[in-house]
Amino acid sequence: MSHHLQNLTLKIWRQDGPDDAGHFEMYRIDDISDEASFLEMLDVLNERLIEEGKSAIVFDHDCREGICGTCSLMIDGQAHGPQRGTATCQLHMRKFKSGDEIVVEPWRASAFPLIRDLMVDRSAFDRIIESGGFITAETGGAPDANIIPVPKTVADGAMDAAECIGCGACVAACPNGAANLFTAAKISHLNLLPQGQAERYRRVEAMVETMNDHFGSCTNHGECEAACPKNISIDFIAVMNQDFRKSKFKNRKKLSRTPNN
Amino acid sequence: MTMNLDAKIPEGPIQDKWDNYKQHAKLVNPNNKRKFKVIVVGTGLAGASAAATLAELGYQVEAFTFHDSPRRAHSIAAQGGINAAKNYHDDGDSVWRLFYDTQKGGDFRAREANVYRLAQVSVNIIDQMVAQGVPFAREYGGLLDNRSFGGAQVSRTFYARGQTGQQLLLGAYQQMARQVGLGNIKLWNRVELVDTVVADGRCVGIVTRDLLNGEFKSHGAHAVVLATGGYGNVFFLSTNAMNCNVTAAWRAHRAGAAFANPCYTQIHPTCIPQADDTQSKLTLMSESLRNDGRVWVPLKEGDNRPADQIPESERDYYLERLYPSFGNLAPRDISSRAAKRAVDSGRGVGPLKNGVYLDFAASIDRLGFNTVWERYSNLFEMYERITGEDPTKVPMRIYPASHYTMGGLWVDYELMTTVPGLYAAGEANFSDHGANRLGASALMQGLADGYFVLPATISNYLAPLLNTPVPSTDTPEFQASEQAARERFAGYVNNNGTKSPDHFHRELGKIIWEYCGMERTDAGLRTALDKLPPLYQEFKSDLRVTGGDTTVNQTLEKAGRVDDFFQLGMLMCRDALERKESCGGHFRAEYQDAEGEAQRDDDNFAHVAAWEWTGDPMAPALTKEELEFEALPLAKRSYK
Repeated sequence: MSHHLQNLTLKIWRQDGPDDAGHFEMYRIDDISDEASFLEMLDVLNERLIEEGKSAIVFDHDCREGICGTCSLMIDGQAHGPQRGTATCQLHMRKFKSGDEIVVEPWRASAFPLIRDLMVDRSAFDRIIESGGFITAETGGAPDANIIPVPKTVADGAMDAAECIGCGACVAACPNGAANLFTAAKISHLNLLPQGQAERYRRVEAMVETMNDHFGSCTNHGECEAACPKNISIDFIAVMNQDFRKSKFKNRKKLSRTPNN
Repeated sequence: MTMNLDAKIPEGPIQDKWDNYKQHAKLVNPNNKRKFKVIVVGTGLAGASAAATLAELGYQVEAFTFHDSPRRAHSIAAQGGINAAKNYHDDGDSVWRLFYDTQKGGDFRAREANVYRLAQVSVNIIDQMVAQGVPFAREYGGLLDNRSFGGAQVSRTFYARGQTGQQLLLGAYQQMARQVGLGNIKLWNRVELVDTVVADGRCVGIVTRDLLNGEFKSHGAHAVVLATGGYGNVFFLSTNAMNCNVTAAWRAHRAGAAFANPCYTQIHPTCIPQADDTQSKLTLMSESLRNDGRVWVPLKEGDNRPADQIPESERDYYLERLYPSFGNLAPRDISSRAAKRAVDSGRGVGPLKNGVYLDFAASIDRLGFNTVWERYSNLFEMYERITGEDPTKVPMRIYPASHYTMGGLWVDYELMTTVPGLYAAGEANFSDHGANRLGASALMQGLADGYFVLPATISNYLAPLLNTPVPSTDTPEFQASEQAARERFAGYVNNNGTKSPDHFHRELGKIIWEYCGMERTDAGLRTALDKLPPLYQEFKSDLRVTGGDTTVNQTLEKAGRVDDFFQLGMLMCRDALERKESCGGHFRAEYQDAEGEAQRDDDNFAHVAAWEWTGDPMAPALTKEELEFEALPLAKRSYK
């Protein structure tokens, strides 16, 4: 049977807008079922704040099944909180105990400007995908799906990378605010598959350069892998680096073959 | 008042209708497509695939999402798979059989021409998604793997672990992102539709509210596509994402689009039971689990022993007992009602006695732990995170929950609503699933609509509008619409009541679940229709929205959505009351046979109920579209 947590102290970052000063605010909360999720605890607090005539705490969330990647939150200094391989929305209060003080902050990274309270702008991720995170296959002309066999190990490897939910925990956890794990996961997903070969080197060059326009550099801390709610392996960064290095030769070669050159 | 409901079903035998349509539809020359502006609202499977394809064709596309990124849409949460009549296993599948299964699964309450087309294009979807790099599960030889799903006796479901929706959505999103990068799609994120605008009998655009700063803005277009999902969150507790809402469809309804079959809602049999009062949503456990899990409850009432201490002889594997030929893979509505009966009979399991077991022990014995783990690991892990129990050791506990809505905006064969130029795609329309949707068919329908249907039908509407300018937003219609939206949202902020939007949403959900959920009765629906207006009145007078309306305000967003859910809830109950039969997800307790199965009334109810907005949510006007059954004769839906 469930039991209830008492005397929780929440220290939550409040900030009205990108240009306002932010501060921590303390809230005490009781009677939280250990079956409740962390975000449901915030729901309870928000409902109380509204009834008291105060503004609710703004935070991003949606599916609450750990798959949409909308939720964020640094909880006690850890992206998505203390449970390994778990997004904030899937973190449950049974991981906490009565009397705990819990510090809740937004993702902090210069590429993710703060919008309000705990909500940040992660659209730089979309810019990376727009620059090359796709296979060009316009609707209509696709050959039969079974025409290219994909070895199971390759499909599984691509799927391991493709599980990324784009939440930004890797960036938030990185001391440099680097997006290498996010970018590498998408590059690896597409570059490992036979369907992705035609654009392999163009893709990696474009995506890495867009990434560098927005995010910090990777210095191999490995915090990203530890914070990732989908346990995406840092090995994919090696795949990306290898392809990026090759791209500098491969793409140049193609350039020299164009008629005007 | 009755509307003209011309479904525009093409001529010819059912196998030829879609080809006939395409041969005769008007086309827009590639060089002229850029002269047309099309708005796509929603970026889930249907919206993203439509936006990407329309942009590839050359139309000017503007896409709108209330999320921070198009990749967040709730299609992403679909777990189990996507159906396609590929017959890669030569197990007797065909377009005809997928059509038959879908029409039978929908209890013969769908328009068969639309259903047949869906089955036809299903094969193209798999080709398209594989070409885009969706990492579907493969066999060791490298060919695509399939699994079986509820309501089918063939293996036609393609899957990517337990994250098929995610992988398909990311595929469509990436295709769309390419067009954004090329400048062919203008993307509006964190922007929500608050009205659709009609002038001279055509849809001319939309009005939006910017969720970051509260600004209202008008957008004109030659055509508008709503791909805004379903309304399952009317129940408050559902498997939908927290932000799923009916607002876009409802605002279109108020602007003149008929809303069809709102009472057809799907209650999914395999969700994690509610654990406490503060619960904000329910989590689905994929139907695919029923391939290897066996559903059971104790034979005796009030049996409090742990599952592993209940011997085989004292267990009731009720789905295998009642539906031997489909067993644990009986369709969703049937499985849900069977679970409700098991729990109502006092044989529920778990601390609150509100679930039934889904047991993997037999499969683990037969296939080995590793095989079962590989198939479902992410679902098992998710279950353990939520409940704290390991389902490979203790059977899963499951119970039905609101999951999908078959009803939606009425559309014709071209997916156009009753408002010319306004289209609805994916879960937002009513068209393909009749009274019940089969598993792995939602992904199929969303992508069919967006990739293959809309791009072919929209030119038929646009071609005659060649060289007409993009509708101006500087018109009385847009101004009136913007003004009304501004006043509505200011009204929520200035209301100064005492209770949050969530409070009212929860109360609304309780009424709808109690009286218009898994089982409905005449008396219950009348009770709901008595209770809803006073609660809605209380919402209007006692709602409290804190925070301003010029910055991010999620409380205010929610208030607008709950307002629309109230009005929809009234229509749902009205529709359920009028449909005096049981079919698919709509089970009226008065209409069941001796064995408790749904009893249809084909003489009086073989129609689509299309409702028109009259200004009073309690007094909608009904028009019927009679369904014709030329290809498949009506038959009793049996899974025994």
